[in-house]
Amino acid sequence: MRLLTIIVMDGAVFAAVLYLLSVGLTLVFGVLRILNVSHGGLYAVGAYMATSLALRVVGAGANPYLTYAMLLVGPLVVGLVAGPLIERLFLRRIYAADMHIQLLLTFAIFLVLEDLIKLLWGTAPLFASEPYMLLGQFEVGGITYSWYQVCLIAFAVLFGGVLAWAVRATRIGKIVVAVITDREVSQAVGINVDRIFTVAFTLGALCAALGGALIAPTIAVVPGFALDATVLAFAVIAIGGMGSLEGAALGSLIVGLLRSVAVHTVPEVDLVAIYLAMIMVLIVRPEGLFGQLEVRRI
Amino acid sequence: MGGRRFAPAVGAALLVAAPLVIPDWMRFILALALAKFPAVLGVALFLRGGMVSFGHAMFYAVGAYAVGFSARWLGLRDVAALLPLGVVLGAAAAALVGLVMARYREVFFAMLNLAFSMMLYGALLKLYWVTGGTDGLAAGVPTFFGWAPPREFLRLVLYYATLATTGLAVWVVYRFLASPLGYFLRARGDNEIRIEYSGESVQRVIYVTYVLSGALGGAAGVLAAFVVGHIVPEYAFWVQSGEFVFIALLGGFESVPGPLVGAIAFEFIRAYASKYFPNEWQMVLGVIMLAIILFRPGGLWAIWEALRGRLGPRAGEVQHA
Amino acid sequence: MRDGAPVLETVDLTKTFGMVTAASGVSVRLREGELVGIVGANGSGKTTFLNLVTGYLKPDRGRVLFAGRECTGLPPRDITRLGIARSFQVPQLYTHLTALENLLLALAARADRGVEFWRPLYRAEWVEPALATLERFGLGAYARRPVSDLPEGGRKLLDVALSVALQPRLLLMDEPTSGVSIEEKFPVMDTLMAVVAERGLTTIFVEHDMDVVQRYARRVLAFDTGRVVADGPPDVVLADPEVRRAVLGRA
Repeated sequence: MRLLTIIVMDGAVFAAVLYLLSVGLTLVFGVLRILNVSHGGLYAVGAYMATSLALRVVGAGANPYLTYAMLLVGPLVVGLVAGPLIERLFLRRIYAADMHIQLLLTFAIFLVLEDLIKLLWGTAPLFASEPYMLLGQFEVGGITYSWYQVCLIAFAVLFGGVLAWAVRATRIGKIVVAVITDREVSQAVGINVDRIFTVAFTLGALCAALGGALIAPTIAVVPGFALDATVLAFAVIAIGGMGSLEGAALGSLIVGLLRSVAVHTVPEVDLVAIYLAMIMVLIVRPEGLFGQLEVRRI
Repeated sequence: MGGRRFAPAVGAALLVAAPLVIPDWMRFILALALAKFPAVLGVALFLRGGMVSFGHAMFYAVGAYAVGFSARWLGLRDVAALLPLGVVLGAAAAALVGLVMARYREVFFAMLNLAFSMMLYGALLKLYWVTGGTDGLAAGVPTFFGWAPPREFLRLVLYYATLATTGLAVWVVYRFLASPLGYFLRARGDNEIRIEYSGESVQRVIYVTYVLSGALGGAAGVLAAFVVGHIVPEYAFWVQSGEFVFIALLGGFESVPGPLVGAIAFEFIRAYASKYFPNEWQMVLGVIMLAIILFRPGGLWAIWEALRGRLGPRAGEVQHA
Repeated sequence: MRDGAPVLETVDLTKTFGMVTAASGVSVRLREGELVGIVGANGSGKTTFLNLVTGYLKPDRGRVLFAGRECTGLPPRDITRLGIARSFQVPQLYTHLTALENLLLALAARADRGVEFWRPLYRAEWVEPALATLERFGLGAYARRPVSDLPEGGRKLLDVALSVALQPRLLLMDEPTSGVSIEEKFPVMDTLMAVVAERGLTTIFVEHDMDVVQRYARRVLAFDTGRVVADGPPDVVLADPEVRRAVLGRA
């Protein structure tokens, strides 16, 4: 019973982090039909930006609770700057290109972002633990948890809820869903698809950066920490359904729980289990559990 | 006509003669480029067919770890034995995985590929008592048909063994591309329906190509393991797969020598850039890649062909292989 | 293949897509050497019929028999190997390869006895017949040029050439003259029909143009909302007021 509680709790935390990481990726794929390999890079930049801002706040002797603001300001800056820049300068030129061009272009951007991080923030690990520590810990059945982790889960759920509401209730949300569902028809009815592309990518970048920022207080950010995250995000959206926001949530839950089960029982198979799950879903239902893509299967 | 035959001969001659005169570190880079080249060829085959494999690191790792396991458990370090082994294991892995893969296209093909290679990575990384985990395995000092060359000539002999294997791989790929299956592969990118309505199975075309590319990847893994001397789980990581696709585009995948040019360019850039710009060399590569994609998607080989004026008087003629 | 069995027989072929009835109880019989034209308005089920016969679609109900042999539900690849070949409304060609290469691949597919990845595609035993076929279809000049260079009429001819190269027993042509300019229509059809006659191919061709059907077909099937509403010689069927109303919208 205790093991089960641990597994569920850890699974929920993993899932929350994975959700924030992958919802942006699935959104970008859904709207732009591009697998954005640079997504992990934006995640890392968000983490670094938030961490360095938080460290400055602390270093300047200001109120440590301000670091929470930095966790939101950092990714906002990253998303609003990097998003439109990358979309207008690079992505726009390759929407009609073959997939290998799109993959390589976003891979190239990833490489550039990785080294940009080193140039801006150096190679030593950065750690801003205040947001994590300030909230303290609590005990449940002899196991210690931190309030920050609980807040992470709550934030992810809240964020997911807001997104779900936004796509159903706001005008821009419905327009984005329309473009996801059928780009050509959307164009035909007069939707400015170009602008929606920029909006969607910026939102995706924002989500990635936010995910990075929120995970940063629990780890020390080092160059290359996004390498594993990048491909995990792909696994999550492949399982949940590429282009589906609900899919990102379901995929995150599945991968998070799967990882948690593995870590607490047979830790050596954690990665194998996740990618095996990805394979199984791709074989049985290639468009993902909630996906609606057409699958060309012969 | 003479111009066309003359360039490959010069290139081959350079590759044979160069290691005798260039410094050791340069020879190492050339050897590494030659070693990886078959794997890039495997990726290039699929690119010609209009498909992206983002998981070819899988076969590369299979070949490399075959060398590592043989050294560790069998005490076997002979290139003449391990190359065929790597080829067979790579082909076998592809034969197995290909049963699933051949039914998918486009983004699903790429994702499935990626998943298989990452699954292998996960196993290689975590089953450390078998695979050595992050520490990896040592390749051991290679022997060649039982012969152990004197230490001063070891690297040179390994270079020539690599060159010979690569030459063999090039020959096999040229024959494949000239064969009906090779043309069906190219045709698949244009029209699968016509292939099926001719009585040929597209799935079979893809499957056979996949097995061939697995064999090529396995060979590359064996060669790279010996050239580098050390085998780590990163051989199966998605970044390695990305690197292969990158090199294929950089060199130009519509020709057979293109990927070799790309591999050599890539290894030299990486060696130089990481020496002088240790924190910026990835950015340098990224920028070069962006430039190629945005301005010259045919890669270095296309630049070379343009310089040779081939796009002038021969416009309208279709080149083979 | 049983003697005396019709080359093609369909029995009660039926296919619906949701609310749309694309084929409804289509039962036809073709004897060796027949030359049949199929007419009908857009959406009347002509192409669906070809798709069902060649295995591109599976019927909801009914059977397809080729020379007495059951082949309902087989995929196009198998049906082609049995001896049915087909050309398309929009030519299905390998656009980045040359016309010669397109033809060579058809011959290679036909000859395939195993995994052919070692011997070259360009071999004398295939190149000569392929060039001859291209000449016969008037495409000799385009042999070594990419298909993208071909004019529309040439593409349609190549599409049929690819099917004929398979040496089928039954040839199906889907609108061989659609998209072809008025001046080219009859020359294209003359070439196609001459080849059909030379090889004694049993042929079905779907056609919108009544004049073309009148001139070349010896038997006409008229389709309307998935059913065969008339079956007979061209002068009879094409003069039938019900057919004219269904196909042309006027009596």
